[in-house]
Amino acid sequence: MSRSAIVAFWERYSPALVPVLAVFTALVVGALLIGLTGGDWQAAYIGLWQGSFGTPRALVDTIIRSTPYIICGLAVALAFKAGLFNIGAEGQLYAGALCAVVIGTTMQLPPIFHIPLGIIAGALGGAAWASIAGILKARTGAHEVINTIMLNYIALRLTDWLIKSRQPLLLGDPADTSGSRTPHIAETMRLPGVSLGNTNTLHLGILLAVILVFGVAWFFKRTTLGFELRMAGTNPNAARYAGISVPRSIILAMAFAGGLAGIAGAGEVMGVRYEVSTNFISGVGFDAIAVALLARGNPVGILFAGLLWGGLLTGARLMQVRAGLSIDVIKIIQALIIMFIAADQIVRFLYRIPQRKAGDETMVSKGWGGG
Amino acid sequence: MVSGLPATSRCPLCLYGKNSYLPKVTTVTQEGTERPVVLEARQITKRFPGVTANDQVSLRLHKGEVLALLGENGAGKSTLMNILYGLYSQDAGEILVDGQPFRAKSPHDAIARGIGMVHQHFQLVPVMSVVENVMLGNEITRWGFLSRRKVAEHILEISRRYGLPVEPYALVADLDVGAQQRVEIIKALYRNADILILDEPTAVLTPQEADDLVRVMRTLTAQGKALIFITHKLREVLEVADRIVVLRAGRVVGETTPREASEASLAAMMVGRSVLLRVEKAEAKPGATVLSVRDLQVRDDRRLMVVDGVSLEVHAGEILGIAGVQGNGQTELVQALTGLRASEAGSIEIAGNNVTSANPRQISELGVAHIPEDRQRDGIVTSYPLTENGVLELYYRPPFARGIVRNEGAIVQHAKQLVADFDVRTPSVHVEASSLSGGNQQKFIVAREFSRDLKLLIAAQPTRGIDVGSIEFIHQQIIKKRDEGVAVLLVSAELDEILALSDLIAVMYHGHIVATVRNGELTREQLGLLMAGGGE
Ligand SMILES: Nc1ncnc2c1ncn2[C@@H]1O[C@H](COP(=O)(O)OP(=O)(O)OP(=O)(O)O)[C@@H](O)[C@H]1O
Ligand SMILES: [Mg+2]
Repeated sequence: MSRSAIVAFWERYSPALVPVLAVFTALVVGALLIGLTGGDWQAAYIGLWQGSFGTPRALVDTIIRSTPYIICGLAVALAFKAGLFNIGAEGQLYAGALCAVVIGTTMQLPPIFHIPLGIIAGALGGAAWASIAGILKARTGAHEVINTIMLNYIALRLTDWLIKSRQPLLLGDPADTSGSRTPHIAETMRLPGVSLGNTNTLHLGILLAVILVFGVAWFFKRTTLGFELRMAGTNPNAARYAGISVPRSIILAMAFAGGLAGIAGAGEVMGVRYEVSTNFISGVGFDAIAVALLARGNPVGILFAGLLWGGLLTGARLMQVRAGLSIDVIKIIQALIIMFIAADQIVRFLYRIPQRKAGDETMVSKGWGGG
Repeated sequence: MVSGLPATSRCPLCLYGKNSYLPKVTTVTQEGTERPVVLEARQITKRFPGVTANDQVSLRLHKGEVLALLGENGAGKSTLMNILYGLYSQDAGEILVDGQPFRAKSPHDAIARGIGMVHQHFQLVPVMSVVENVMLGNEITRWGFLSRRKVAEHILEISRRYGLPVEPYALVADLDVGAQQRVEIIKALYRNADILILDEPTAVLTPQEADDLVRVMRTLTAQGKALIFITHKLREVLEVADRIVVLRAGRVVGETTPREASEASLAAMMVGRSVLLRVEKAEAKPGATVLSVRDLQVRDDRRLMVVDGVSLEVHAGEILGIAGVQGNGQTELVQALTGLRASEAGSIEIAGNNVTSANPRQISELGVAHIPEDRQRDGIVTSYPLTENGVLELYYRPPFARGIVRNEGAIVQHAKQLVADFDVRTPSVHVEASSLSGGNQQKFIVAREFSRDLKLLIAAQPTRGIDVGSIEFIHQQIIKKRDEGVAVLLVSAELDEILALSDLIAVMYHGHIVATVRNGELTREQLGLLMAGGGE
């Protein structure tokens, strides 16, 4: 191969290589940390592997755990492609989960209707919640970062109140004395799944996640609306010139993003927990930002980044058992991954990956791959 | 290896079809130059995927001279300058600064060796003040701390010394282009540049500002600075250059001096054929009124009334040229006509429809095409491929979309057509628009707007940054559209362009149309006087 062909190859594939190397580097640094503090890093990593991807049972747990990260990662990435920082996946997820619970506890329908209805309710709940930030941004210019963060707090507190309130009784379960959860949803709205041998039930959520991954990719690549949202995010002036309403694009992008996060919430209710409790899967919406970042906003990348994230969390327990380490080591490794992604100059320096061309500065400040 | 051949060893000229032959051009060398060589490029080669942008280019720059670099759009001028400035690295060849080999890994290195550059597209941070922009990237290294006052003093000193008026504490966003450019030059001088590269500095300037710049350039060379000056305006080259180097398709095809050259000979050297510097056109046959504007008032972003009671009419088959010094309301007038800016009062009718408060989409659908004045801001999404940029406004319509699904095949086909029709120099339609040279980006936008089904063409600075050969072509196309019955509203800062194309000329000054005359009724000088406010 000629020199310029090699350069062209690098320019094409180094964006995908950097995240992989960032993960690798984070694991190496993690091993050093464990070793230097007197731990047995080999036992730890073997435990981590076996507890996450190494056995069918672990793999199923990882997939179940990863599903909401994947879908919420999409919610962050979709907004980002449209030029918006959606820090509110957490609140949108709660809004979706609550709406799904309402549909699941108040109705009895055949599963063929009840399941789609639950998912749609989740999507609408998340979309409505996110639209508040979208409308504020479009109409008043209020920054979506602030608003989505505020909406997160409101969603969390609202959930608490809806569940705990006894006078009047709102979404809480009258039979539950601790007052910390909703009633269970009807059997007819629970996601079907398969159990392979001694594994947990692998519900349909992952299938939904995969469909959404390819759906979002297709949406941006092939649809006119996807083009509009992208353009409004990349160059609002050119978008206006091209006859696109930028405020409308902002509202739609936030609504779609919220819809995705809402589906993630509904999926958790319908596939895993069958209820919403006060300690529902908190933090997923925030970690989803990391997942989207790791994948550079690429939908298919998010599938893998989400699985990695779920895997690290799932494997942490066995790692703890095998090496006697705190589960927090995993949090440190996750933080290192994010650090190496955000400061990808370090990774590029370590592995001698050529600089991206001028104008493609930092992904974090500019855009995840632009088009 | 064979697979590597297409990218590297194919004749770069073969990519460019019909104009690709290389006629013999004799190289005129300057003799008896006493001045020391401050910068020398030897056999510089730079390839991009599918293009050889520079092919064994050699040139020398002497202390105290202005070297003009000429060449068609995509000839490789900016690429060569970016190599000197450390933005790109060459694949082969070497650079000597003051006789010492020098390879800039980044602009930082270039600045350290006294090379400064003012880019084709400015690199300032609009939300920051002049002082902050000048300090940017230089903050810690030089002073150890940030002292605005000291920097401001230094700026004023440079400003006095070279005749570059600026207001140090003004926000860059509030400055007009001319002032922004002065900031760019000051920024380079502040970093002690001895070699200054000016990439198409005059493309965005008013004639008055361009004259000022020429004066500044003279002051700079008189004080021993060496300048490389890129422009497509041959008159400027003849006026200010000491030596002229011409590039074509990445190669040096000749060198000459203003004494030996004329506009016609330079044009021929650049393009490889003789260029008509004037367009031929028949008498206009005006038809029905297409655009009718009554007492229009428009405010700018600062809420000032910059279009104040403008009335005008453009008929089918007629070109109305709006002459005026930039900043007299032309920009806002065009924005109002295309729906990009709300008007305060008055009415706009296009083909019988009242569009006073219509949005850009509604106006576009009436058959109105708009060549925007600021191409990188409005006209193109630089990070998108040409395919998508080719359907920027039409992406949602058949054949480019079926329902909500975009039709990739038709989109690609369309982009290929645009590239072929307007001779846009690019290795493929799948490359990002940002990889095109500045002039080729402009040609692509013009091609896209011309490809539409038109009733009214609103062209703001349509040939900004375009080489003489392509200007000739675009001018012919505008005349052709007129003859097909399109109404054309032409806004141009180039009085030459207005005079060459317009049937009617409206002079705009301070938000008013101060005169509307048939082309030929007034002389160049009389028009110039009106543009300067002599008609009030
Ligand atoms: N970053 C890039 N990636 C790929 N190709 C590039 C890039 N920059 C320039 N080119 C190609 O190199 C060639 C020379 O471009 P360059 O910008 O140097 O032209 P130029 O002489 O400055 O033209 P103009 O007068 O239009 O500004 C063009 O064909 C262009 O497509
Ligand atoms: Mg250029």
